[in-house]
Amino acid sequence: MARVLINFPQRAMRGEIIEIKTLIQHPMETGYRLDNKGAAIPRDIINRFTCAYNGDEVFRAELFPAISANPFVAFSTVATESGELVFSWTDDRGQIQTETRQIIVE
Amino acid sequence: MKALLGAVLGFAAATALTAGIAPDERRSGYDFAGREVRAMQDDDTTNPGMLWVLQGETLWAKQVGAAERSCADCHGDARESMQGVAARYPAFDAALARPLDLEQRINHCRSEHQRAEPLAWESDDLLALTALVARQSRGLPITVSTGPELRSFLDLGKELFERREGQLNLSCSQCHDDNWGKRLAGSVIPQGHPTGYPVYRLEWQSLGSLQRRLRNCMTGVRAEPFNYGAPPAVALEIYLMERARGMPMDAPAVRP
Repeated sequence: MARVLINFPQRAMRGEIIEIKTLIQHPMETGYRLDNKGAAIPRDIINRFTCAYNGDEVFRAELFPAISANPFVAFSTVATESGELVFSWTDDRGQIQTETRQIIVE
Repeated sequence: MKALLGAVLGFAAATALTAGIAPDERRSGYDFAGREVRAMQDDDTTNPGMLWVLQGETLWAKQVGAAERSCADCHGDARESMQGVAARYPAFDAALARPLDLEQRINHCRSEHQRAEPLAWESDDLLALTALVARQSRGLPITVSTGPELRSFLDLGKELFERREGQLNLSCSQCHDDNWGKRLAGSVIPQGHPTGYPVYRLEWQSLGSLQRRLRNCMTGVRAEPFNYGAPPAVALEIYLMERARGMPMDAPAVRP
């Protein structure tokens, strides 16, 4: 499991715009590099990131080889009701990392 | 003739003055970094070094080795027991009769007390434990010991810092004492104070140790780099810490 840092206000007012910041540990190997024997290092990047808020997708990003290792993605959404945010990163090896966080909306 | 001699003496005095940086002119690599890089470091939720700190917290509590002991079993909560520790390293080990840097201390502890295999240099696990320990010194002044037992290592470190080497025939001090603040190609030359190690270097796309940074610089002047953890490399680390005495730690730092 990769390590993940997710940050957003734990409590928000209804209708408030909240910023969500995410950081995940991943090599984001571009596929363009060679190892010390000259063989190509296969591409392994996170190619898709999504965030669902109580089941509704509120943010989705496609990622490409020019994006740095340990990609940082920040976005905003409107706090509509209390519930859970589910974050999901998918990489080229098909590994899916899912993290769930609670939010309280007053 | 007298005028010429005077000019030569004047020049010598000027060079002597520029050797070394006045204490109030010392600046951390943070001050030379761009606005975006500084912002990245300032916020723990954007600082990628914190991913290793998180990993370090997991490893700290994990029982390993034949002794089946975790770091926490002896040291308790790292946030308390490791406060200011990184600011004192490298430190002298009486039993080994030589100084150990933080990475070596962690590995020494592993083999002595946990009876586990030492971790490889620059492995994620060693960087993670170092980052966790170094994080607990953030904001604290560097206070490396310079007792008589470390004197010879400190002198060696200073000598290495001032010795020209490599195909480019450059010493550390020619860049970091005499020409800091100027540019080497597109990059600003910092003063070379090790306040933030292990650092997340954007060029590396990863966290890295001070040893890696030193090797990097040595390769840059086309010299043969030290092996990881070689005694002269540790001596150089001690000198760098002594040179930065009193400056606040900012590990895990972000650097370009």
